[in-house]
Amino acid sequence: MDNKDIFYVREQMLPEQAPPATQSGIVKWMRDNLFSSWFNSLLTLVAIYFVIKIVTGAFPWFANGVWVSNSLAECREILQGKTGGCFAVLTERWHQLLFGFKYPDDQYWRPTLAFILLFVAVSPVLFIALPRKMLIFTGLYPFLAFWLIWGGTILIPVLVLVGFIVGYIIFTRLEAQSFAMAALGGIIGAAVIWALSGFVTSAASGVLALEAVPSRDMGGFMLNMILGVVCVSLSLPIGILLALGRQSSMPIIKWICVVFIEFIRGVPLITLLFVANVVLAYFLPPGTNFDLILRVIIMITMFSSAYIAEVIRGGLAALPTGQYEAADSLGLDYTQATRLIIMPQALKISIPGIVNVAVGLFKDTTLVSVISMFDLVGMIRGPILASTEWNGVYWELWLFAVFLFFVICYGISQYSQWLERQLHRGHH
Amino acid sequence: MSTLSDPPVERFQLSQLINDTRYRSYTFQFIALILLVLFFAYLGSNLVNNLREAGLNISFGFLSEPAGYDINQRLLDYNSQDSHLRASFLGLINTLIIAVLGCFTATIIGVTVGVLRLSNNWLVAKIMAIYVEIFRNVPVLIWILIIMAIFTASLPHMRSFHGDDPENTFALFNTLAVTKQGVWFSEPMFSRSLGEISLFGSHSLRFDVSLDFVAIIAVLMASFFGARAWTKHANKVQQETGVRPNTSLVNLAIWFVPLIALLIILGFYLDGPTLTGRKLKPIDDGIYLRNSLIALWFALSIYTAAFIAENVRAGILAISKGQTEAAASLGLRPGRIMNLVILPQALRVIIPPLISQYLNLTKNSSLAIAVGYMDITGTLGGITLNQTGRAIECVLMLMLFYLTISLSISAIMNAYNNAVKLKER
Repeated sequence: MDNKDIFYVREQMLPEQAPPATQSGIVKWMRDNLFSSWFNSLLTLVAIYFVIKIVTGAFPWFANGVWVSNSLAECREILQGKTGGCFAVLTERWHQLLFGFKYPDDQYWRPTLAFILLFVAVSPVLFIALPRKMLIFTGLYPFLAFWLIWGGTILIPVLVLVGFIVGYIIFTRLEAQSFAMAALGGIIGAAVIWALSGFVTSAASGVLALEAVPSRDMGGFMLNMILGVVCVSLSLPIGILLALGRQSSMPIIKWICVVFIEFIRGVPLITLLFVANVVLAYFLPPGTNFDLILRVIIMITMFSSAYIAEVIRGGLAALPTGQYEAADSLGLDYTQATRLIIMPQALKISIPGIVNVAVGLFKDTTLVSVISMFDLVGMIRGPILASTEWNGVYWELWLFAVFLFFVICYGISQYSQWLERQLHRGHH
Repeated sequence: MSTLSDPPVERFQLSQLINDTRYRSYTFQFIALILLVLFFAYLGSNLVNNLREAGLNISFGFLSEPAGYDINQRLLDYNSQDSHLRASFLGLINTLIIAVLGCFTATIIGVTVGVLRLSNNWLVAKIMAIYVEIFRNVPVLIWILIIMAIFTASLPHMRSFHGDDPENTFALFNTLAVTKQGVWFSEPMFSRSLGEISLFGSHSLRFDVSLDFVAIIAVLMASFFGARAWTKHANKVQQETGVRPNTSLVNLAIWFVPLIALLIILGFYLDGPTLTGRKLKPIDDGIYLRNSLIALWFALSIYTAAFIAENVRAGILAISKGQTEAAASLGLRPGRIMNLVILPQALRVIIPPLISQYLNLTKNSSLAIAVGYMDITGTLGGITLNQTGRAIECVLMLMLFYLTISLSISAIMNAYNNAVKLKER
């Protein structure tokens, strides 16, 4: 068949034409997502109006910001009536915002170093891909951080660590016989070491000593970080025990846990801080005087462990009964089954909840400013806003606080979503 | 022939208490109980010793002594000669006021934001996501202080309402004054008022209730039942005859005619705010809300609303698309799909976390102490505690109050959960 002569038959394909302008690219996207109906168009316009209003309002304020000056009055002189933020308060009071107003000036490197090392210590816990050897440093970190921040002789944290190690060794030796025996033996071993170490440290208090900083001198954002990190890490094991206790078949243990959890969850944190501030001293032996920060750590840890216990209980309840039965049929006893079968799965389910509690707890550390401790909020409300130089600089300071907390809390919640995706195995 | 012998009688041995799983739990519980008793005995003996050394005792007698401080925002009458118990009671009322106001606005904002976050309008959805993330991730205490600072920094002083040629005048037809010191707005008054009755006796807990409001609420409830009865009647007529009597107009009349009649009978009018002409206190009368109350209310509302928005979003997303499609294939209209199919199922998911958000808001309202709003933490846990030095008693009462609220709300929640739980056979 030869159709070369038939002039109306096309021999090659036409090039594809671009779709109509309204059906492609940005226009289609805008039609679909911004102006799909009259109501949506109205919403879009209102939203655009507000965004423009905010941006045009805030931009000159940031752009004209003054970063170097010694007081608000000087700042206003530099600005000469223009709109502009007086960010100089942040640079001038930088150390106060971060470390409080009593921490010795020449020792700022210590909390800074502890803060940097925190990331090294936490990263193997957060990211499974990192070498497991790094966990050794994680284990050492609490003692190192204590020595760096509080100072004093290094013997105190070292001996406490030795106590833990001795306890652990005794525990592993006895574990084959009975878990309860081993745990008891470990605790007794550690307690003996700690009791002995009291004599050693008082005798040699100058060994590798840093300048000692009392707890009441801690302040600023450092205090929020200390409280947040310490209380979250302490409350996880306590929370796990409480959750197991609440699920237990032993009625007395169960009711102790239920009463504790429901009581703590029923009262606001601020009342617990009042307890730490004014009531706790009545319940301690006469003459004991341990400092406020420790009392606050105890109360916040109790608070958050009750919440974490409820989250983990949810995880335990979500496990199918088959898992418990399978563990039983393998002949595992309660501690083995819990450690090897139940907890790994229950904790995995509870990760989002635990992270929520951790974020909430970190935000709640600002409440200590109410019992006149000078954390970030306390510093801003107290020494900085009350000073003659910076009286009236609200926006810059509060935005700084908002920024700090937002970065950390948002970062943590993004991490938890990432981890959830990593751990997702496509079944429950 | 073999004989069956009895199995050997097991004699109980002491080692079974540790090794036998049948008895081990008793051992553990016994040890736990002993430890618990020892722990509390230790705390108790310390307490007794400490109190003896300080020459104190546990007594609630201070509650009947005169408080000697003023409560600047109050619903009931109070003066500084009233007892500490009366002051605490007013603080309690103030806590409940902020909780109710906050829950109400937080729900409205939260539901709106949660629905808008699922909107197919990209810009609006993104703005709502930013709102939620910013407010969720910053401590509520900071929000309270920021809003308080905004009020203090940006609103006009009440002096600016004073004078022959004032800079500011009342807004909204002379019914609203917004100042640095607080907000005044008109108060509903009745010229032929029915008066008040006092509940709970005439002492510290007396609670004056205006009979006018009782009458209005009674009429509204009567209207509610009337409207329901009429709708039921209309349904019945429609079932029998196929013709539906008019419901919307009749219901409107049932709702409003008795109410308006009552208001006219009682002589309803709006009173205040008025200018006094005095320099120190230029505005008086009307309902006065301090800025601490408003800042706390706003901050708690927008903070909690961010969480509620997430709950609402999760609840709506939890209903699978198949439900909508199934309902549509039955021929239901979009409005009815929402009301009859999606919402009843979504509410089952939304309400439990919503109630726990209400609980959180109530507990967070104790931060009132940071802005000087006199709630129960500010009165009982603040000034009363500091004046009398009765730390244990005050903190104990404070905890019991919050515990009562929490436990009753969780009891309500459990009852609700049981009521709406999926009935599985």
